[in-house]
Amino acid sequence: MIAVRAVIVGALLFPLYWMLVASFTTEARLFEAPSLVPTAISLEHYRALFDTRDFLVPVRNSLVVAGFTTIFVIPIAALCAYALARMPFRGKRLLLALVLAVSMFPQISIVAPLYLGLRTLGLLNTYPGLVLPYLTFSMPLAIWLLTGFFRHFPRELEEAAMLDGASRFRALREIVLPLAAPGLASTAILTFLYCWNEFLFALSFTLGPERYTVPVAIALFRGRYQVPWGEVLAGAIVATIPVVILVLVFQRHIVAGLTAGATKG
Amino acid sequence: MAAIALEQIAKTYPNGHIAVKGVTLEVRDGEFMVLVGPSGCGKSTLLRLIAGLETPESGRIRLNDDDVTLLGPQQRDLAMVFQSYALYPHMTVRDNLAYGLRVRRTDSGAIAARISAVAEALELETLLDRRPSQLSGGQRQRVALGRAMVREPKAFLFDEPLSNLDPSLRAQARAELLRLHRRLQTTIVYVTHDQEEAMTLADRVAVMRAGSIEQVGPPLEVYSRPANTFVARFIGSPPMNLLTVPPDGLSDPRDAIIGVRPHDVRLGKGEPFRASVDLVEPRGHDAVVHLSLYDAKPSALLAVVSAPKAPLPDTEVRVGFRPDSMHFFDPASGARVNP
Amino acid sequence: MVSFETRERRTAVAFVTPAITVIAMVALVPIALTFWEALHSHDLRLPWLGRPFVGFDNFAEAAGDGRFQAAFVRTIVFALVTVPIEIACGVALALVMHSAIRGRAFVRAAALLPWAVPTVVAALVWRFMFDGQAGVVNVPLRAVGMMEAGFDWFVGPLTAWVPIALADIWKSTPFVAVLVLAGLQTIDTSLYEAAAMDGAGRVRQFFTITLPLLRPVLVVATAFRALDALRLFDLAYVLTGGGPGSSTEPLSLYAFIALLQRLRFGYGSAISIAVFLLTLGFALLWVRALGRTLEGDR
Repeated sequence: MIAVRAVIVGALLFPLYWMLVASFTTEARLFEAPSLVPTAISLEHYRALFDTRDFLVPVRNSLVVAGFTTIFVIPIAALCAYALARMPFRGKRLLLALVLAVSMFPQISIVAPLYLGLRTLGLLNTYPGLVLPYLTFSMPLAIWLLTGFFRHFPRELEEAAMLDGASRFRALREIVLPLAAPGLASTAILTFLYCWNEFLFALSFTLGPERYTVPVAIALFRGRYQVPWGEVLAGAIVATIPVVILVLVFQRHIVAGLTAGATKG
Repeated sequence: MAAIALEQIAKTYPNGHIAVKGVTLEVRDGEFMVLVGPSGCGKSTLLRLIAGLETPESGRIRLNDDDVTLLGPQQRDLAMVFQSYALYPHMTVRDNLAYGLRVRRTDSGAIAARISAVAEALELETLLDRRPSQLSGGQRQRVALGRAMVREPKAFLFDEPLSNLDPSLRAQARAELLRLHRRLQTTIVYVTHDQEEAMTLADRVAVMRAGSIEQVGPPLEVYSRPANTFVARFIGSPPMNLLTVPPDGLSDPRDAIIGVRPHDVRLGKGEPFRASVDLVEPRGHDAVVHLSLYDAKPSALLAVVSAPKAPLPDTEVRVGFRPDSMHFFDPASGARVNP
Repeated sequence: MVSFETRERRTAVAFVTPAITVIAMVALVPIALTFWEALHSHDLRLPWLGRPFVGFDNFAEAAGDGRFQAAFVRTIVFALVTVPIEIACGVALALVMHSAIRGRAFVRAAALLPWAVPTVVAALVWRFMFDGQAGVVNVPLRAVGMMEAGFDWFVGPLTAWVPIALADIWKSTPFVAVLVLAGLQTIDTSLYEAAAMDGAGRVRQFFTITLPLLRPVLVVATAFRALDALRLFDLAYVLTGGGPGSSTEPLSLYAFIALLQRLRFGYGSAISIAVFLLTLGFALLWVRALGRTLEGDR
């Protein structure tokens, strides 16, 4: 069994490992017979990445856009999710269906009006010009995850608080939210990840390297004669580092978020 | 303290389930009222309606003489002890106790005074700085009680608070509750599915079934004069024997169902009816004897006799019923009729 | 005086309004606008032609456009091929993860990484691995003699799909596995024990106990994966750019090209609506199929 497990884990991680190795391999060696274990480590690609290609710019852009989207989405989604999970109102099922439907939108389907709208507002190639479109998929995602989470939250704590005299809002603030921190954290992490990884909107609504996000930047690397694989892969590694850190540290939260959202179907 | 009056309260859930059907009930000021019945009978729903956690479709709820039907739980000044205690896990015991008072903007001096009074009464002084996760089940139950007491509410509501306790602790907790009631003279509405608990604690018992109240009265009255066959079999353990076709010599011209409590069944050579012994369950001080009555329907009969007098299984005995111990019920409606 | 119930309802509406407003503004209004745009002729390279209303002309053009038809069919075939593979692999991976007692967290973290990395990164690394010169995949194949020296995966219209499909499967299997793993953990182990005592072997237990009880999870996972497959964009754009020619061009990519390369916003919007209807159609079919199987269960 352990052998099977090792093979599977190996197969899953091999491409990432290969990418790591290649990013440290000199340009010349890249096209020779590849070896599993690197014989010589070179930092030339990383140096080129940050000096010539100024890679910190797309990194900063991604951080800003993903960060602001997450900060904006979580509170609004939490309020909505709490109402969906706990409170009676007309049209609740309709709203849930709507949230689900919007999360299934193909992103390409709204590129045209968003592009024209952003152009009119002069927001193309700006931070708000990405955060706004990012709300399209991150808001339904966050609402979906948080509704699933709040549904499993024991009702009686809020009821006890209300009998103690607290209004719904106060009970939410003082009792539910402090205890909902894990759910909020996992939702925030997943939201941040989705924004960090997003490609199509970033490709469509940014016009130049000064506002490219990381995925767009590495996809559009151009070399003089061919794809500069060394730098591309080095950039890919940099793009992957925050993801790896988040997954390793928060994997339990991430899995909880994924399964909570999915099992509430 | 308050009297609680429910007038024609009805509650149906959105999925169509009728939880409470036109219930009218009066809880007197300072009374210990127990709502008892099998699961699904609507007793918890009724409690939640009193608390304001649910709103009835029709009917009125009054506290003293104020109509509170439309008020939320925040404004009714009632306290509830939940089955799971619902202690705030992220707060210390002290903060748990203080929460309700803080929300109502009681000044900190008064809060501290009330907390120490309650902590002393319930022996919680050493636990005040602990979190709920650090407490045992029995300690959590006392904190839940303390949280309710600290607020000095108009009435206390209990939703099966003892069912999460070990059986050995339950008897002790029950005694403490009774002592508390006697001291504080508070109005209590208490929900349980355990009829023995109901009988021990209540000033008056309300037996519920399928959303309606079958009978309300002091425990002794409900036990000795059940209003119908349901109450007759629900209250008392082992349950009352109900004979639809009594043995010869006992038949009633109205074909009434005859009820006899197992404690009122006598075994002895001079008794009128014949029966065989199927099974004997020793219970220490006494024994439950499972009998098959000849010439009667249903033939199964339970009797409780003192241990030394228990017969052997697979023997034939003669049984009789203590005079004036029989109950008569209408065969169609199940309602009690006079002998 | 306002009743408690009314106040609760008003509070709920207040809680929900900000989110609905955002969704309406960035999703609902745009999709309606896309549809409106598709009814016009709007070429951004020829602004002097204005934006005349042309009714359903764009849709008619798309229906007759060979490239559109090919992309439409291609997208569906891609979904039909990759989704079952991803589900099967996901179940297998979940079984492996489930049986791990020690180091389960490590296996799970390792399994999550392919799903968590940006799709662009996945595309780039698989493109690199299949590269004609530097590709590591080609080395063993050449060594064994199964591949000629000058072979390039990205040149053939069918072979160019292989890295795309593999990248998608590599990335999606962990997602399915995580869902299935959660489902596996809810299955009472005493069911297996009872079956074993009844004489059922592991394989039979899998098909008669595990799979049926996993059905709800598999339904959800299949729906998610199919929707993502129909919306395929990132992998195709980065791995092949749709090439060679347009043989690996899914529908979303064709819409993108029409919109942001050809700048034909009217026509591109029509294609975008086609993608939207494709996913909507799948969703409706799925819901109906679900409803029917649920009734069949009763």
